[in-house]
Amino acid sequence: MTLTELISKLDERFTIINLSDDADQRQLSKVFCCDLLSFAMARNPADSVWVTVMGNVNTIGVMSLTDGAAVIIAENAAIDEIAAKKAVEQNIAVIKTALPVFETALTIHELIK
Amino acid sequence: MNLNFTYDVDSEDFTRAGEASADIKKKLKKMNVPHEAVRKVAIAMYEGEINMVIHANGGVITVSVNEDSITMVLADKGPGIPDVEKAMQEGFSTAPDNIRALGFGAGMGLPNMKKYTDEMHIDTEIGVGTTVTMKVNI
Repeated sequence: MTLTELISKLDERFTIINLSDDADQRQLSKVFCCDLLSFAMARNPADSVWVTVMGNVNTIGVMSLTDGAAVIIAENAAIDEIAAKKAVEQNIAVIKTALPVFETALTIHELIK
Repeated sequence: MNLNFTYDVDSEDFTRAGEASADIKKKLKKMNVPHEAVRKVAIAMYEGEINMVIHANGGVITVSVNEDSITMVLADKGPGIPDVEKAMQEGFSTAPDNIRALGFGAGMGLPNMKKYTDEMHIDTEIGVGTTVTMKVNI
């Protein structure tokens, strides 16, 4: 499933903060959950959908370096302005939801499996 | 082919931390370096870059690329590492609370750097600084 296809299936509980240019071609691999950036840096699989509550600029940095497909900021956690700006600059897909991490991951997993 | 790139890493500027790693990743991709090697360099250098920002008031990173390998030299004039063996243990961290709140300080930096590189060497002197040299084979 591509990122665009996933996004078309998301309901109103999800808000798209930024969309990447290659969303049409980006085939999703799996869901990944982690809030410690050093763990995410080493373990976030390429083309993943990463679910976290860390919405700072370094989250975008880790996404960029690990080639994740999209990051979902769960629990209505804040995405700071610098992070949002960086996501646009670095072409990183960012989605936001009020759902807890587990429910978010489960929802995405069910959609992409 | 032998290319060198140099980056200045700003101290305590978390909005820019990771920029050098992102840039080198972009360059290596353009040079058609194999994906796995690019990923290893990006992870190892990012961790090193973050360490320089957290612990050492920044520093300078030099990256040399040739046909067989990529070598990163991260040099800082920070406080030095009192016990390298301890610092290499997963979970050991001296990062302050404000850094932990950003999602760092899990004590994974140096272990990740070692894990994702083929060679790693740390030269450190208390009060003088630390130089970490890492090599990733292509």
